[in-house]
Parts: sequence; C-alpha cells; structure tokens
Amino acid sequence: MGRKGIETLVGVFVLLGLLGVVFLALKAANLASFSTGPTYAITARFDNIGGLKVRAPVKSAGVTVGRVTAIALDPQTYQGRVTMELDANVKFPTDTSAKILTAGLLGDQYIGLEPGGSDKSLGSGDQIRMTQSAVVLENLIGQFLYNKAAEGAEKK
Amino acid sequence: MTASNLLPALGRRAINLLQRLGHSAFFLLDLVRNTPTALRRFYLVIAQVHAIGNYSLVIIAASGLAVGFVLALQGYYTLSRYGAAESLGLLVALSLVRELGPVVTGLLFAGRAGTSLTAEIGLMKAGEQLAAMEMMAVDPKSRVLAPRFVAGAISMPLLAAIFSAVGIMGGYVVGVLMIGIDPGAFWSQMQSGVDVWDDVGNGIIKSVVFGVACTFIALYQGYEAEATPEGVSQATTRTVVISSLAVLGLDFVLTALMFSTPR
Repeated sequence: MGRKGIETLVGVFVLLGLLGVVFLALKAANLASFSTGPTYAITARFDNIGGLKVRAPVKSAGVTVGRVTAIALDPQTYQGRVTMELDANVKFPTDTSAKILTAGLLGDQYIGLEPGGSDKSLGSGDQIRMTQSAVVLENLIGQFLYNKAAEGAEKK
Repeated sequence: MTASNLLPALGRRAINLLQRLGHSAFFLLDLVRNTPTALRRFYLVIAQVHAIGNYSLVIIAASGLAVGFVLALQGYYTLSRYGAAESLGLLVALSLVRELGPVVTGLLFAGRAGTSLTAEIGLMKAGEQLAAMEMMAVDPKSRVLAPRFVAGAISMPLLAAIFSAVGIMGGYVVGVLMIGIDPGAFWSQMQSGVDVWDDVGNGIIKSVVFGVACTFIALYQGYEAEATPEGVSQATTRTVVISSLAVLGLDFVLTALMFSTPR
C-alpha cells in the first residue's frame, strides 16, 4: 500500500476517534445543555448554603437560567456569598428571591429564583436581597424532637 | 538453595530491579527528548499510527460493544431492585467514560499493540538492524523508537473514545431496544449526570497516561530484549504483564487524584 493509502486510513482512524470524543461530549455529557451566550453576574448572601457547589444550576420555574460561579464567606456578615452568572436574555425584577433547593429528595442542590413584582430589573453586579438558606437536616431533626418534647410536656 | 544463599540472591535481584528501573527512566527521557524530531518526520509517525491504531480498531470496537451489552444487562438487574432502572444510561456512560474505557482499552492495547511493538523492536535487535543503524550514524531512538512512542500516545485516547462511544451505543441497544427502558430517560439521565470536563475529560487524560506508559514499556522491553528468539518471546510476555500492572496501578492513582470526594 502506498503512502497515500496509509495516510488516508490513518485519517479515517483519527476521524473515528474524534467523532467518538465529540459523541461522548455532546450526546453523553452536558456540554450542549447550557449555551455560552452573553451572561451577567449577580450575587446573593445566604445564612447557610448547605451542599451548594460551584457550577450548580440556577433555575427559575424549573428551567435552568444560569450557573453558580463562585462561593465565598463574607468576612463581615459571616454569611455565604454566592456569585452566579445568568443568561443575558432573561431579566429578573429587583425584588426576586433566591432559595437553595434540592433536586429530588437526596440530589444535588441548586438555586431557585422566584421573580417579584418590581418594575426595575437586576443588572450586572446587583445583589438579591431576599434569600432563603438551605435546609439542614440536623436542624430539622432537632426542631422535630423539640416539638415532640413540647407536645409531651403540654399533655401532662 | 541454602539459607545463606537466599538472602544475597534476594538482595541481588532487588538491586537489579532498581538498576533496570533507573535504566528505563533514562530510556523514557530519551524517548521524550527525541519526540520533536519524530514530529518533524511526521510520515514516520503516521505509518506507526496505522500499524498501532488502525489494526487495533476491530478488537477495540468489538470489545467496546460487548462490554456495553454486559454493563447494560448486569446494571439493569441491580438497578431494577431499587426502582432506578431509568438511570441505566447514566450507569453505563459513567462506568465506561470514567473507568472501563481507558482501562480496558489500555489492557487490550498492551496486549495487541504492545506485544507487536516489543516483538518488532526485539527482532530488529536480534537481526542487528539497530546496531547497523548506529554504525550509519542514524540514531535508532529517534528514527525507530520515538515515532512509535508518539504514535502510541496519539492512538490510545482515540481508541479509548471509540471504546466508550461504541459501549454506550451497545448499552442503548440492550437497554432500550431489548429490555425496553424509555429512550428519553436513558439519554436525558446520562446527559444530566455526565460532566464533559470532570468525566469525559478525565477519562481522556487517563487514556493518554496509559498510552504513554504502555508504549514506553513495550519499547523498553523490546530494546532490552535478549537477541535470541527465546529472549524476544520472554520480552513480549514481560511487556503484557508489566503494562497491565502499570495500567491498573496508574488507574488507582489517577482515580484517587481525579475523583476523590468533592470539596
């Protein structure tokens, strides 16, 4: 087989390999799910971010509209400061509230945005004022036990 | 062997092992040093990619398909016990892309391409071709060994990607077409659970590392083989054993580095 033939076959092999990688990236993974269009950044402060991770989705009405880009501790207020990038096509009113929700019962955590009713929209660098922290299981259990004890004491 | 002979013999073997290890490290350094020269003579690299990669396509694709089939069958059995049969796509994809793709391809590569490399270099050494090249002031490391090294490093990630892709399609055939899982759930669970950079990217990094390791071991064993038929056959066996152990050991190290508990 001449050199041209070998080079062609190797080209086919490399093409198949690259197609395999592309298939894995697009069809098997989440590359195409969030478009890399223009985005704007906003921040929000939570008392407890729970298990929120960087690159967690930001959803409104269940539809992904952005990603969490940074999580840091605010040294003045000791709250967790979460920075997120939102899709530039979607504008939220300034009195939007942010909650940390869990996908399913034991799944990954994400930020849910509920729009308010204000006329003005959030711009790049703005902060969401109304936030609700993540549900911490231990606090929930403690609350439940305390309520049970209070009920028991009342009956006596 | 008397007791007084055993300990010195053990010591000698240990020192020999260390000496061979050091010698192989210098060999690897030479290969890496000659890589730019090999890249300049790209037609040599292409011929080697043809010999190493193209001829491995059939076994890699067939094995990938078979592994995908089996993963889907066995995975379905366990997942259905917990009512999570819809996650079969996620199970098959993660298993293949993170672990089985690079590792099984590495083992098959060591067996198929590694042995052929070792045998070829060993026979070149036995037929005194390498010595003849040195006499002509042609460095055999840069003309013969480095192109094969580069070709192995290029072929492995491509083969691993083909293995994983074919395996996922095999899993689809068994899971959706044969068992009857909903295709929408199959693909959507997979797409939401497999991360491009963390999973697919790390799998590709693993396959590059395995490719470098297997090719280097194969070339070293061939280069250091005894110049006799038995020597070449022993070198071929050593290549498969050492490459397989290296792939599995490196897999553990890389997995611990890449997939440890998230912060």
